[in-house]
Amino acid sequence: MGMYTEKVMDHFRHPRNVGEIPDASGIGKVGNPVCGDLMWIYIKVKENRLEDVKFKTFGCGAAIATSSIITEMARGKTIEEALKISREEVANELGGLPAIKMHCSNLASDGLKAAILDYMKKNGIKPPEGIKIESEHEDACDLPSS
Amino acid sequence: MSQDEKVTYLDYASYSPTDHRVIDAMLPYMKKYYGNPSSPHSNGARMKIALEDARNKVASLINAEKPSDVVFTSGATEGINAALRGVAFRSKDRGNHIIASSVEHISVRNTLKYLVKNGFEITYLPVDNYGTIDLETLKKTITDKTILVTVMYANNEVGTIQPIKEIAEVAHSKKAVFHTDATAAIGKIPIDVMKDGIDIMTLSSGDMYGPYGIGALYIRRGTRFEPLIIGGGQEAGLRSGTENVAGAVGMGKAAEIAKAEMETEGERLSVIRDSLVSRLLKEIQYAFLNGHPKNRLPGNANMRFSFIEGESLVLSLDMEGIAVSSGSACSSKTLEPSHVLIAMGISHADAQGSLLISFGRYSTMADADSFAGVLPNIVRGLREMSPIAPMGVR
Repeated sequence: MGMYTEKVMDHFRHPRNVGEIPDASGIGKVGNPVCGDLMWIYIKVKENRLEDVKFKTFGCGAAIATSSIITEMARGKTIEEALKISREEVANELGGLPAIKMHCSNLASDGLKAAILDYMKKNGIKPPEGIKIESEHEDACDLPSS
Repeated sequence: MSQDEKVTYLDYASYSPTDHRVIDAMLPYMKKYYGNPSSPHSNGARMKIALEDARNKVASLINAEKPSDVVFTSGATEGINAALRGVAFRSKDRGNHIIASSVEHISVRNTLKYLVKNGFEITYLPVDNYGTIDLETLKKTITDKTILVTVMYANNEVGTIQPIKEIAEVAHSKKAVFHTDATAAIGKIPIDVMKDGIDIMTLSSGDMYGPYGIGALYIRRGTRFEPLIIGGGQEAGLRSGTENVAGAVGMGKAAEIAKAEMETEGERLSVIRDSLVSRLLKEIQYAFLNGHPKNRLPGNANMRFSFIEGESLVLSLDMEGIAVSSGSACSSKTLEPSHVLIAMGISHADAQGSLLISFGRYSTMADADSFAGVLPNIVRGLREMSPIAPMGVR
């Protein structure tokens, strides 16, 4: 399949950190099977750092690869650092994604943010200003209007 | 036959290779003979004879009363555009209502959307769980303002064959023109335009192992129609443009082969298909056949596997050297799951996990075996990764 980079295919073929964390500090659930992608990100937080990150994903090659790579990008980072990971960075780390996938399947950074917000809520931590789930206010099935 | 012997090609519904017998028949009309079929000289006359011979062969495949009822086009998309637009605009003084099935190919759907912008009204007929349209709904929907009924002969995704003869009778009861898109069915199952009462029919060449870039419209004499492509008046004025003689010769040869081999080939492919389907239903939990169990195109096996997504299935199979298609949103340009599966009442999530496995002329039981050999493991791997797969389902 020519549409994906070698790096995307590597993560699709050998996804890293698949699974659940039974005593997760936070879980982020994003996406919608109607649109074809559903992503659950599990995090284990220790001393403000992401000690472990795992995922379960229903979705296309891009959805699986972005989930896989974000677990590697986020591991060991502080909460603040992890919250800054953007969709753009995830796509860049994979050597790019096909334009049509940028919008619908690139949910991993949102999944991670949702997991961190879940952890903060459970622990009574006030989330920093301006954190928003990029995919939350749009219909994930729609093509970008531009 | 194949450029790449290592690939198990099970995607005939998307694209069929050109039969080498077809290529051999075409070559003289590219390498040796030339001339405009409309010219009175011998060069032109030779091309004209080849063109008319091809027309006869296509007419014979569908049992057209007159070869002149067959008009060559550039392919099925042009055929559909010409048929729907040509009938609708020609009949707009009689009414503006069109009836279509809800499982038509996107070329039909988008042409109908264009007609809506031009003042026509479309009613989409629902289908049952197998993808068959309901004749009673058609009878209730059709009115004196209905000018056109369009229902595909067989569905390109799930293979379900429609009750064409009965649909034509209902259309004619209100003097509406009946068009059928036979792109998926041509050369695979017998089509008799006289018996079926078809007024206008879209045919493709590529789908029956002929060359791409050519197709045909069957237009029964007297059908209300106006040409889409206007120019020098070729094809009796119904489709202008200097004729693609080599293409027509190829399509004619493809039609001739299809007519001779259709019956045995259909039986052969049904055996391979049925064996694959029953094996997968047995070996994989939450696996289902989409479409009608019997009344379907011989090489078509459309299946769904719950809790996983189709594009990742297609990618995984590609890594094993197997080419298939999927009905998932991610595999489509529209980012929506197959409208055919949704119309059949299949949930969005399940439609995402559908695979279109289509066998054809060069498929063997060994192809079905390699597919069935690798699929269960791939499904298991993706389900282990899926957040919606229930515990223990693999």
